[in-house]
Amino acid sequence: MKARSITLGLAILVAGGSAAFAGLAWRPAIGKIASPTQFDRALVAKGAQLAAVGDCAICHAGSTGTPFAGGNPLQTPFGAVYASNITPDPDAGIGTWSLAAFRRAMHDGVDRAGGFLYPAFPYNHYTHVTGEDVDAIYAFLMTRTPAKLQAPATHLPFPFNIRLLMAGWNALFVDHSPVAADPAKNAAWNRGAYLVEGLGHCAACHSPRNALGAEDKAHPFTGGEVDGWDAPGLTAATSPAAIAWTAGALYRFLRHGLDDQHAASAGPMGAVSHDLSNVPEADVRAIAIYIASMTDPDGRGAAEPTREQQVAARVAAAQIPPPELQQTSGAAIFAGACAGCHGAGAPMMLNGRPSLALGSSVTAATPRNASQTILYGLQPGPGERGPWMPGFAGSLTDDQVAAVLTYLRWRFTDRPAWPALEDNVHRIRQDKSS
Amino acid sequence: MNALSRRGLLGTGGALVVAFSTRPVFAQAEHAPTKLPGSLSVQPHLSGWVQVAPDGAVTVFTGKAELGQGIRTALIQIAAEQLYLAPGVISLVTADTGRTADEGYTAGSHSMQDSGTAIMHAAAQVRAILLQEAASRLGVDAGALSTTNGRVQAADGRSLGYGELVGSLSPDQVASQTIALKDPATYTVMGKKMPRVDIPGKVTGAAAYVQDMRLPGMVHARAVRPPRYGATLAKLDSSKIETMPGVIKIVRDGSYLAVIAEGEWQAITAMRALQDAAVWTGGQPMPDQAKIFETIQSLPVQDSVILDRKAEMAPAVHTLKARYLRPYGMHGSIGPSCAVAQLQDGVMTVWTHTQGVYPDRAALAELLQMPPQAIRCIHTEGSGCYGHNGADDAAADAALLAQALPGRPVRVQWMREQENTWEPFTPAIVAEVQASLSADGTIVDWQYGVWSNTHNMRPGNGGRLMPSWARANPLKPSPPMPIPQPEGGGDRNGIPLYDLPTAHVVSHFVPDMPLRVSAMRGLGAYTNVFAIESFMDELAAAAGIDPVVFRLKHLTDARARDVVQRAAQEFGWDKAASLPAGHGRGFAFARYKNLGAYAAVALEVAVEHETGRVRVVRAQCAVDSGQAVSVDGIRNQIQGGLVQSSSWTLYEAVTYDATGITSRDWSSYPILRFPAAPDSVEVHVINRPGMPFLGTGEATQGPTSAAIANAVMDAAKVRIRELPLSQERVKAAIGV
Amino acid sequence: MISLIVNGTTHQVDVDPATPLLYVLRDTLGMHGAKYGCGLGQCGACTVMLDKQAVFSCLTPVAVLEGRQIKTIEGLGTIEHPGPLQQAFIDEQAAQCGYCIAGMIMRAQALLERTSSPTEAQIRAQMQPNLCRCGTHIRILAAIRLAADTMRQAAIPGRVQEVSR
Repeated sequence: MKARSITLGLAILVAGGSAAFAGLAWRPAIGKIASPTQFDRALVAKGAQLAAVGDCAICHAGSTGTPFAGGNPLQTPFGAVYASNITPDPDAGIGTWSLAAFRRAMHDGVDRAGGFLYPAFPYNHYTHVTGEDVDAIYAFLMTRTPAKLQAPATHLPFPFNIRLLMAGWNALFVDHSPVAADPAKNAAWNRGAYLVEGLGHCAACHSPRNALGAEDKAHPFTGGEVDGWDAPGLTAATSPAAIAWTAGALYRFLRHGLDDQHAASAGPMGAVSHDLSNVPEADVRAIAIYIASMTDPDGRGAAEPTREQQVAARVAAAQIPPPELQQTSGAAIFAGACAGCHGAGAPMMLNGRPSLALGSSVTAATPRNASQTILYGLQPGPGERGPWMPGFAGSLTDDQVAAVLTYLRWRFTDRPAWPALEDNVHRIRQDKSS
Repeated sequence: MNALSRRGLLGTGGALVVAFSTRPVFAQAEHAPTKLPGSLSVQPHLSGWVQVAPDGAVTVFTGKAELGQGIRTALIQIAAEQLYLAPGVISLVTADTGRTADEGYTAGSHSMQDSGTAIMHAAAQVRAILLQEAASRLGVDAGALSTTNGRVQAADGRSLGYGELVGSLSPDQVASQTIALKDPATYTVMGKKMPRVDIPGKVTGAAAYVQDMRLPGMVHARAVRPPRYGATLAKLDSSKIETMPGVIKIVRDGSYLAVIAEGEWQAITAMRALQDAAVWTGGQPMPDQAKIFETIQSLPVQDSVILDRKAEMAPAVHTLKARYLRPYGMHGSIGPSCAVAQLQDGVMTVWTHTQGVYPDRAALAELLQMPPQAIRCIHTEGSGCYGHNGADDAAADAALLAQALPGRPVRVQWMREQENTWEPFTPAIVAEVQASLSADGTIVDWQYGVWSNTHNMRPGNGGRLMPSWARANPLKPSPPMPIPQPEGGGDRNGIPLYDLPTAHVVSHFVPDMPLRVSAMRGLGAYTNVFAIESFMDELAAAAGIDPVVFRLKHLTDARARDVVQRAAQEFGWDKAASLPAGHGRGFAFARYKNLGAYAAVALEVAVEHETGRVRVVRAQCAVDSGQAVSVDGIRNQIQGGLVQSSSWTLYEAVTYDATGITSRDWSSYPILRFPAAPDSVEVHVINRPGMPFLGTGEATQGPTSAAIANAVMDAAKVRIRELPLSQERVKAAIGV
Repeated sequence: MISLIVNGTTHQVDVDPATPLLYVLRDTLGMHGAKYGCGLGQCGACTVMLDKQAVFSCLTPVAVLEGRQIKTIEGLGTIEHPGPLQQAFIDEQAAQCGYCIAGMIMRAQALLERTSSPTEAQIRAQMQPNLCRCGTHIRILAAIRLAADTMRQAAIPGRVQEVSR
């Protein structure tokens, strides 16, 4: 791992060096201003909704619970990048940033003082956001409650600590051109494309990344990784969903965190759908329409109730595990630990919740999301309603989690067994405790 | 340990001690004198309350039940005080149709007034009788005798124990109307700190609840409920389930469906299989949640004017109007309802956490078609009880299934989703108020109306037991009735305690019940106090007067003024201007039912601007419960009431759609969790030695809700009039 | 036959391996402390300790328990000799109906065995899974703080271990 990092580093260095040579690197500081406080209410309200699409509150959530105060790390292959304080506090936050400075950060990934930001902050997507929309987000952020909490500085190991190198990275991987409108598609699709490719930065998680940590533009939306979770592929070929995602299903999932032909929004996606519940309905529908044009390009998803019945029939038939499965405790664990919610006749199932057979966690190529969910569960925010699952990290050992995963895979899918499950579970547990 | 041993738990151990009376103690007086204090009026025989055995053992009887409110300890304290005994030597028998007086329901904060008063007088009189007997035996004047630790002592050192004195006394003494009570100044137990008698067992895992009962040969049962009110069982193939491990019997009567199994897990597994196999159809249409308040106000009403006062007032210069809303809420005890029943030798014994063993027995008699005398209901503690929950229905389940499997004790516990969807909720309520202020900020006119269903669908008859509805021959519930003033139901505390010379208050009783409802802690008082005390703040703001000063300006009741001033002073109301940003303070006051305890609450909240999330940071309460018996018990009740009411106020609403009740568990009916608990809740008890007991248990439910709403107004400048003050609602009001 | 080690004693039980520990404790072993509250892992009334962790016994099938250490409220002390947390709950009178209390104590015990001086935030975060409906939260928190103090002072060997995290 270490050797690989160094190789990567050298590659960046070369790229960065040549960029610097081209004179692209140096950026001036933009002068401090006194925190502006007067903004048009309608502009602030618009900014609030855009900020929700952009997930600002998620990464910049305060480590002590103060909104927008930052301080939480985002784990990257290059080290932890800490989110900054984006409240209008003049010292700890961005209170002295002018609109020009804020625009530059959003579009070019350069902070007020002229320093390069890491693309953990997805300026490679935000660069597509119109100036008008950036202004609204600025108005929103500048009217938040200032928080005097200094976020920890990010210290990546050499050579990634040389911020200037990002100039080279930017030259290679950042495309500043606006999201091109497709006149063949309707307005909602085009609005969706603008939101998904820009502010929503969906590809930041749902696309694979190359060795330099940049999104693989050749294979967009074919699935990525974030915070120890798989971000499933959103193309028809790569989506693990048992039933293709339609625009309607995506809308319900994105807006309400749950769709009855799929599953509950979990892991890092949970906060995203939570935020989208505050975005205008039309925008969420637009996002759903655009993504559905990838997940369900020929509209076959709409005709899939029969598929749901097929899945249900298969699950119902799978009553007696094959001999190799009977050797493990998987079936017993399922009956005692899981069936109270996921078994036939359980209240949750009677309430119209999706069968495990329909959830991407169980149908996915890797057991990562299923393991995460079993170990650590799923809970709504304090005082909020929402899908709930207790974590089993304390009660099930690695081999027991592996046994129940094997059982789930057999019982609820027609896909091949996951290999090396116990190691996989063990690694997730280790990553969580480190 | 004694109190929690199995014998103690079952209440069947040991023969009844021979006491004054050989008459069955549960026989009620044919012609009770009317003026006797408390529940002595329904059971004037002293032996119905206090029995002394020849060996000196003292047993005290109450028809009230321990609901988690600590009544057991407080009643022992009262008896010990008046009998000059150490509390530890007294055994207490609680509600049991075989042993105790019919004190109706343990509800409405009545236990201390009814039972506490009866026990206090009965105990005092028993001691007086024993003293008199000792005086005649020792040949001295009764006034020259002293009593300590169950012995009557003469000045010369001779002494006689209570047990020795009992022998020759005549049985069946009836309480006297003039009973000399101990001078409150000499109290050594009442009003003093006494740890609760039940806590040591509960923290060490002793069997303490009906849920913990394990009788020889006991079997476990689970009911299978329809998906919504009135749905019927259209189809069921249970053949495979009948042969599942441990299954003894599947009981079906119309759409009533249950399974009895040897083990509890086996019963649960079979219940789920039945749920999966059952096909239900139809059902009562569910109301539209989005329009529930309009629905409630559009249903037929029976109006009663509960206050109509007119006086010459200064001219009005300012008129305010507001509408306050409360959705359906649930009791949500942590332990779902449970009961054990056994039919043996023609007698049905039911161990139940009902609030009323006698009314429950009457309803069960109708349901089971058995004479009441053949049924014995024994109160056995359950999980915390905050009103009419599933207890009586679970007792009905257990009794029906015990009838189907004679001889064996049958234990039924509801599942969480059954509790949440079938318990009777507290009704949705609408309150509308309009008031006018004079130039000097005096309220010169007050118009108030409240729309509510009944708050009492307790088992008045067999038809009010929910399991009776699904049977092939269902029983019809007796029609809902309003609870009359002065206690009131939906209009409880609808009349403000303030000085309002011109006022008009109408109670709009709504008989039709879109959802199943009944009594929950505070009944309508929670909403009426929320409305009145929120509106008092709105009026104070309009008058430009501090809200505490504004209340005092309209309050002449001295005890009311005392709690208001005490809470304000303890909170530091005067110097609360320095609260941190995003924090606010709120105040509220009420006298529960205008008859019970006085309570004032001052609290501080923090409102998170970005999310609208509200947390109560600290609270100061002042309470006057009259003569305090268990001071810490009062504190515990007030503290708990405040925290519970915070949960109701900030989070809670029953949800429903066309498919039925959808708030089936704690993820769909969130309640307060530890991270949101206040940092501190301090309770200041204003003791009134020698004054009548005033019920405490429900006193802070109402004031807390309004204090929070008032504090949110102070913190975020938004006035929320619809409960709960959920983060979505508060955020929507705050805007960006 | 499955063997269960409960409070240091090994029991052989003949039950379906899917049976959650809760029902085996209550119905087979006669230990009533752990309670059924929801069966969903949402309320914590059934909490016991399993190899130093607080777990929901209602969702822990006995199939996974072979050879593992189970601790219940009955293992912390008796009515005559209550353990430090039990004593603290008595001292603070931290119960109303008490139905949730055994679960509360076991979850707190897991914290105090791991961290002898927990912060207020740590205590609240630890107790988050457990619900109390009577509103006894303030007293429960006070009892946990009190127990932490007494356990630290007594430094009972084997009970209190500081584990750096």
